[in-house]
Amino acid sequence: MTGGDQFAFTCPVPASDADVVQLAHGGGGRAMARLIDTIIRPAFSDAELERRHDGAVLGIDGAIAFTTDSYVVRPLVFPGGDIGTLAVNGTINDLAMCGAQPLYLSVGFILEEGLAIDLLRRVVISMRTAAAVAGVRLVTGDTKVVDRGKGDGLFVNTAGIGRIVAPSPIGPANLRPGDAVILSGDLGRHGIAVMVAREGLGFETAIESDCAPLAAPVLALIEAGIPVHCLRDLTRGGLASAAVEIAEAAGCTIALEESAIPMCEEVTAACELLGLDPFHVANEGRFIAFVAAESAGRAVEILRRHPVAAAAAVIGEVSDGPAGQVSCRGPFGVARAIDMLSGEQLPRIC
Amino acid sequence: MKFRDEYRDPEAVRQLAEVIARTVTRPWTLMEVCGGQTHAIVRFGLDELLPNTVTLVHGPGCPVCVTPIEYVDKAVEIALMPGVIFCSFGDMLRVPGTHGDLLSAKSRGADVRIVYSPLDALAIARGEPSRTVVFFAVGFETTAPANAMAAFRARRQGIRNFSMLVSQVLVPPAMRAILDAPESCIQGFLAAGHVCTVMGYEEYEPIAAHYRVPIVVTGFEPLDILEGVYLCIRLLETGCAKVENQYSRSVRRAGNGTAQELMREVFQVTRRRWRGIGDIAESGLSLTEAFADLDAERRFGPVRNTGDEAGECISGLILRGEKKPPECPAFGLSCTPERPLGVTMVSSEGACAAYHRYRRAPAVGGV
Repeated sequence: MTGGDQFAFTCPVPASDADVVQLAHGGGGRAMARLIDTIIRPAFSDAELERRHDGAVLGIDGAIAFTTDSYVVRPLVFPGGDIGTLAVNGTINDLAMCGAQPLYLSVGFILEEGLAIDLLRRVVISMRTAAAVAGVRLVTGDTKVVDRGKGDGLFVNTAGIGRIVAPSPIGPANLRPGDAVILSGDLGRHGIAVMVAREGLGFETAIESDCAPLAAPVLALIEAGIPVHCLRDLTRGGLASAAVEIAEAAGCTIALEESAIPMCEEVTAACELLGLDPFHVANEGRFIAFVAAESAGRAVEILRRHPVAAAAAVIGEVSDGPAGQVSCRGPFGVARAIDMLSGEQLPRIC
Repeated sequence: MKFRDEYRDPEAVRQLAEVIARTVTRPWTLMEVCGGQTHAIVRFGLDELLPNTVTLVHGPGCPVCVTPIEYVDKAVEIALMPGVIFCSFGDMLRVPGTHGDLLSAKSRGADVRIVYSPLDALAIARGEPSRTVVFFAVGFETTAPANAMAAFRARRQGIRNFSMLVSQVLVPPAMRAILDAPESCIQGFLAAGHVCTVMGYEEYEPIAAHYRVPIVVTGFEPLDILEGVYLCIRLLETGCAKVENQYSRSVRRAGNGTAQELMREVFQVTRRRWRGIGDIAESGLSLTEAFADLDAERRFGPVRNTGDEAGECISGLILRGEKKPPECPAFGLSCTPERPLGVTMVSSEGACAAYHRYRRAPAVGGV
């Protein structure tokens, strides 16, 4: 604390370097310039941002993947990450699922008046760290401030561009009967971590979000020449929604094997207590890959070399049964239908 | 996971299914009372492990399903009042009332909050003394002690901005009503293990004797349910109508005395209407006179019976075990979890929702 600050209480006017976001921070004037210059630009420190131009000018060879996503999460900080890690990794993962090497991100902040500047600083640093880990650049951005009560603290949008590295198209249309379904790790950590943090459930074990960039394991599969037919990261709606969406889009049947699906004990216990199906619980660092059956073993081996996919396993296969049907064979050999979540996940009564 | 995996051991399940098959000599129809058991049966395909001659029908034990529509209407009405924080278990939020559900009230501006325990609602009331907090106290004997505890503490701590909209129900009168129905084909019951953890099973003994039906207090894991089926069939095959306790790791004959005492202090037995079933004498709980000032119906006006719902939904027949969900012409067509015609399609413990969720894939096979 400086000497001046110690006497701040004698002054009825708040210091201009407020500790919370004010409307002026989005007004396009000095306050906004200061917020960007002192918090956002230095954290992201990219040559494109330093040019202080209206947009980034980038050169990319060949086909690109382009995606955008908006991030709203409560609480903004949760065990294992915050809205910043989510916003960077989420868009990186969407690019990776297209078979692209993620390169550039844009960032749009919508700040609610009253948001703690310290929290914004934390989120920005998280974004910088996540981008550095994944080797992507944050090259352009925007900041707006909305009135108190008109936002939920902080909303973040990121858009991303990646260079396509997959030799052949990746998507549901390329599924073939017999393809193996590979899951990159255990289910449900993100959804349960956020639910526990939001609802104050007070479980004894702290489950952390699985939020992580998935480009490295995906690119490793492609580089190794694995015939990857389709990829999908598991976010809201969990494994069930991803599998059903793909089965519907591809017009095929997917059969899963419950005993092969990795689960951690804490998430299993939380789901049992709350009456949630782990297949429906959100993830932020897991994906499913559909690969030619003969390459499945090698694909799993490659994935397991990456810490984020260390528990990768073959969990099922594609068949030419009825379009859009997903089933899961349970521990006693009886198959059950898997469907998308209807509405919001709601804990049961007893 | 400990306390779970040992009750889901595939080899033990297979062996027990074989023992059941060897024990059965003729057709039997059993009802599992609790929606949690229905859910496990359908999820794990336990009914498909049984001989064709053993039929499991699904009972009324889904607290969300049997809460009368007029209580949902009252809940929506109270939730929309200015200054009210309406607290409910998550399951109740999607239950349709005459004019929408609690989730739609929330989107219209009502402050509706999901709580995991009635004591959380009480904590909200304590933290926001300028607001009026109402808790939707629904459920069977399983939720009654915790709900009673909330009333008890509200009184002791002098929290005046807290009240409860009570629609508690009791299992034994519903079992009697099902057995009294002329269409009833139930020959034995798997009683709800968690209800009996609270209440014990003495009160089931007169039912078993009077109606000549065996009743087996049963847990919720696959091996629990199959063992419950086995014990019930063994009783049926030997012509023995008595109560047995499969769920002995949780249930004692006299139940949990402390919980019962608290329930008796806060609640009294009353007549209740069950959604899809109708009025049943002495089948529910309401607040006793000593706690009547916590009754949301006293503060916000009484719940008015709006009569039975018309329409093609057969949830009443489902709840009484007279039909199975796939027998409904609307099942999966005009009635889905997104657009439910009735409450058994809404609740995660409802039989229609369980069938819709787990049973739409054809050609499912057993061990």
